[in-house]
Amino acid sequence: MTEGTIRVSTSRAAAGPARPPFWRDVRVIRVVLQVGFVVATVALVRWLFGNLTSNLDRLGIRRDFAFLDQPAGFSILGAPDFRAQDTIQNALLIGMGNAIRVAILGIVLSLLIGVVVGVARLSRNWLVARSASAFVEALRNIPPLVLVIFFYLGVLAALPRLDEATFVGDVAIVSNRGIWIAWLTVGEGSRPFLTAAAVALVAAIGVAVWRMRVFDRTGTPHRRLLWATVTFVAVTAIAWSVLQPPIEPSLPVLDGRVVTGGAWLYPEYLSLLISLVLYAASFIAEIVRGSILAVHKGQAEAADALGLSSSQRMRYVILPQALRIAAPAIGNEFLNLSKNVSLGIAVGFAEILRVANTAAGNGQPAPQLLIVVLLGYLTLSLIISVIVNIFNRRLQLVER
Amino acid sequence: MSADTVARPPVKANDPVRWVKDNLFATPFNSLLTLVFAPLVVVVSFRFLRFLAVSARWEIVETNLTLYVVGAFPREQLWRLWLALAILAVVLGLIGGLVGATAREAAAAAGRSTTTTRWDRLARLGPPLLLLASLLGFARTFTPFALTLGVVALGLVSSTLARRVPHGLRRFVPLIAVVGIVVALWTISAFGGVARDEWGGLLITMYYTIGALVISYPVGILFALGRRSSLPMVRWVCGAYVEFFRGSPLITLLFTGWLVLPFFLPADFPTPTLVTRALIIFILFTSAYVAEIVRGGLQAVGRGQWEAAQALGLSPWKQTRLIVLPQALRAVIPGLVGQAISLFKDTTLVLIIGQQDLLAIAQNVTKQDEFLGKGYIIESLVFVGIVYWVASYWLSKESQRLEVRLGVGQR
Repeated sequence: MTEGTIRVSTSRAAAGPARPPFWRDVRVIRVVLQVGFVVATVALVRWLFGNLTSNLDRLGIRRDFAFLDQPAGFSILGAPDFRAQDTIQNALLIGMGNAIRVAILGIVLSLLIGVVVGVARLSRNWLVARSASAFVEALRNIPPLVLVIFFYLGVLAALPRLDEATFVGDVAIVSNRGIWIAWLTVGEGSRPFLTAAAVALVAAIGVAVWRMRVFDRTGTPHRRLLWATVTFVAVTAIAWSVLQPPIEPSLPVLDGRVVTGGAWLYPEYLSLLISLVLYAASFIAEIVRGSILAVHKGQAEAADALGLSSSQRMRYVILPQALRIAAPAIGNEFLNLSKNVSLGIAVGFAEILRVANTAAGNGQPAPQLLIVVLLGYLTLSLIISVIVNIFNRRLQLVER
Repeated sequence: MSADTVARPPVKANDPVRWVKDNLFATPFNSLLTLVFAPLVVVVSFRFLRFLAVSARWEIVETNLTLYVVGAFPREQLWRLWLALAILAVVLGLIGGLVGATAREAAAAAGRSTTTTRWDRLARLGPPLLLLASLLGFARTFTPFALTLGVVALGLVSSTLARRVPHGLRRFVPLIAVVGIVVALWTISAFGGVARDEWGGLLITMYYTIGALVISYPVGILFALGRRSSLPMVRWVCGAYVEFFRGSPLITLLFTGWLVLPFFLPADFPTPTLVTRALIIFILFTSAYVAEIVRGGLQAVGRGQWEAAQALGLSPWKQTRLIVLPQALRAVIPGLVGQAISLFKDTTLVLIIGQQDLLAIAQNVTKQDEFLGKGYIIESLVFVGIVYWVASYWLSKESQRLEVRLGVGQR
């Protein structure tokens, strides 16, 4: 492009719609690039797995999943019903169940604590705001594994021995072997009642939805929480008196060196749960705070102008909008929490990785076991992200 | 209306009584909160401080300080570590100085104020000093103090010199960083040095963090670009990679690296050491997360930027490298630093596959004869907890500062 002239390739334009030579044709280049990329990727994966199979064959390690039906040969902490002659498959299922239980409980608790702390960080009370900040800053900068081990070895192991255990009335026994709390025993034949309770729950939700419909149509106060609670209590009370279910409170009793009754929160489980909840809560608190601050100032001012009290302003104006902003990020924290359940292996909590590791130690093939573990955690992640996405979609603004 | 008759806004008085009234007892509910929280806060902080200053038996840390820092590293080879530290200090000083200068110029060009108060500068020194204090505070001899002082001085000198580096040379900064880190590693392991299997403690923690960061950031950027590619096959393959590694727990992947990775290599291939295998897993894992962060940044760059770059006649590679990536990366600096922090914390997981990292050593020293069964685990874990905490806190504060300096989120 010398002397300011612009060269326009006229020759080709004159030749009509002739295509450029194939090595400069964008469409051809795209296809070639993609085919090359896919071939290279497939070749790499095939090379890796070819090595895997030939190595396993050379070492005489089986490549199928038949071992899943063999007897496990080990016992599982916290699962007294599992015997060593039960299959590995069952052991892995128990491990997965343990992981799911911690994940669900952890998600619920960390959401509660996280929202409270996040709101507290914005409190007008200096002391409350500072305490909440200290909570968040202290916890989110420590590796979760340090927390797990600290609670396991530092806190729970330092509790009194079982023969000197602390009793909290009749309802709890606190010792270094774990904490027993009062619980309910569900005996045989209580299934009809549990079904009735589930029906009551569905009915309560239905009533709440109906109240919201009425409220939308007529504007009369919906009082859905009151209505739903009354429905639930009424239905379960009737079912209880009619069916006479064998559900009784069970109190923990120390009998010599054994505790009977109650629910046993063993140290491995408790330390993992506490650490995961505190760690995730510190992140959720930060997300909640950021989301509340991200709600436009005009919204708070409009709420003030309408004469709402500060708690009403939070409940009806700020939080619903903040939740919309926070939902995807909080969902991410839930995923992190569910994956961090695998930290339990450090203290011997029997989640699926721990079970698989024990099985691998007993001579079962590690590659297949790890595939099962990965699939288990991937499935858990997938389920959580599907649920979060459903919530997320319902929260988003419907634009007209 | 004359100025005298207009009600002036109330002057903010520095009145402590007023402050207490506004911040602690503004409403009845607020007063209740204060009354509930004040004793709690006092008791908790008193007990924590009393533990740190009085009741903690720090002799476990004093006796084992070298163990915490380097693990089983041969003691007669420690000079190599100091040499490597000195090299790293020079490199980090250089990078810090250059980044600071660039950020300051960017801020000046955009008309943002860069003046910092004396208090700001002092507060910025807090975390690194605290980190040094929490390590050196337990030293029993004078040598570590002197050597640390020397290393810090080297870093400061190189940071001052870095500000005079002409603009044209600044793009070599990443290269200098990589070369510096490689040379530092060589000083430790090559020329009759110590193999990485013998590294432990804070040293191996730092090795995993820095090693995985240096490699996984460029790789992650490539995956992010692949995911935004216009070629569907490239997009799918990169997407599958990212989603797989983001969906799997790191510990499970580390187990795979530990137990299964050698099987993926040909039989006649030398089996990589456990340290290398763990590092590979950290790299694979972190690059997936980096890819996701950078993808967010790429999405934030407006279409107009691509179009403008095309209009200028830049090649696709140059469009990406000169126009889009700089803007995308600038937008995601907080996320990238956050990933570095989270990698630093995740390195603790190697204890589960039997590595002697800082956390593993914190557990193991309590099994020494003189400390066994006396509950020293609390002191030991509090010590390493503080080290992890201060380092992560420092990084996150510096990232916030950089964010403001670079004007992320404002145009």
